[in-house]
Amino acid sequence: MATEPSQIPIERTSIRPRAAVVRDALGVGVAVGLSGFAFGVTSAGAGLSLAQTCVLSLLVFTGASQFALVGALGVGGNPAAAVAGALFLGVRNAFYGLRLAQLMRLPRAVRPLAAQWIIDETSAVAMAQPDRRSARLGFAVTGASLYVLWNLTTFLGALGAEALGDPSAWGLDAAGPAVFLALLASMLRGRQEVLVAVLAVALALACLPLLPAGVPVLVSALAAPIVLALTRRPEASR
Amino acid sequence: MTVWIAVAVTALGCYLVKLLGLSVPAGLLDRPFVRRMAALVPVAMLAALTAIQTFGSGQALVVDARAAGLAAAAVALLLRAPFLVVVAVAVAVTAAVRALTG
Repeated sequence: MATEPSQIPIERTSIRPRAAVVRDALGVGVAVGLSGFAFGVTSAGAGLSLAQTCVLSLLVFTGASQFALVGALGVGGNPAAAVAGALFLGVRNAFYGLRLAQLMRLPRAVRPLAAQWIIDETSAVAMAQPDRRSARLGFAVTGASLYVLWNLTTFLGALGAEALGDPSAWGLDAAGPAVFLALLASMLRGRQEVLVAVLAVALALACLPLLPAGVPVLVSALAAPIVLALTRRPEASR
Repeated sequence: MTVWIAVAVTALGCYLVKLLGLSVPAGLLDRPFVRRMAALVPVAMLAALTAIQTFGSGQALVVDARAAGLAAAAVALLLRAPFLVVVAVAVAVTAAVRALTG
């Protein structure tokens, strides 16, 4: 069990100042939280109702999966393929959770609540902190600010979508792919990542005219095991 | 109705996946191959989604205003612009190109 730091006064000598952690966390939370507006508009434009759009942000709360789901449903994709794509994308959150569990050592009772906030941004902020208390604080502040703003702006976006008329006239059909590109850019750290991205794009564009909507993305996921198999030693593939 | 089912299954699945990572013993998923796959599958899917939603129109491939918007977003990313700016640039350039050409 972790030592319980919440009641202990802050020791400014040994840990990162709380204000610095809060500032970092709010910067990320506010910037990304506001992009919920683009999701709200995109989701409404894809034909989802206001309630469906808001439930997605409240309960799914992982942007890439949400954009992927409404994108696939919007072009008339098979719902099962659309869901599979969204879930595949969400799997990375399990691995953030693994690292965060070691880093933050949350009490058992808090875990089911904290789990909902495990996404790219909260994980990035928490993992960037030098100590457990800062990691917990960074995670909580990023999670709270992002969750509140993401849901608020989702609601406003979906509500305003009707007033905006055709979202594509405002260029809002570029918001989804721009979100994907920004997330992708932060992950392109090594040669394998770049190879996987290039192969996935090639597979996706080759499959798009041939396969039902939603399926090309799933085929593209094969780029990961293909590149791993081609660039790693055989014993690692077990 | 189908959409509600898709929403519900996605919500439940995404939540359980998050909780799984926080709850399982570290050794279970923490193997080099699984870790690499977990890092690379999102890269593949995000790259594919970017390409499909930029160049896809139904089942056809097209180069339209979105391509200009995404190119501008890529430049913004190279200039280390914040997340929100990257998305805003993509939207603004797409709208501008569409207004000028359409």
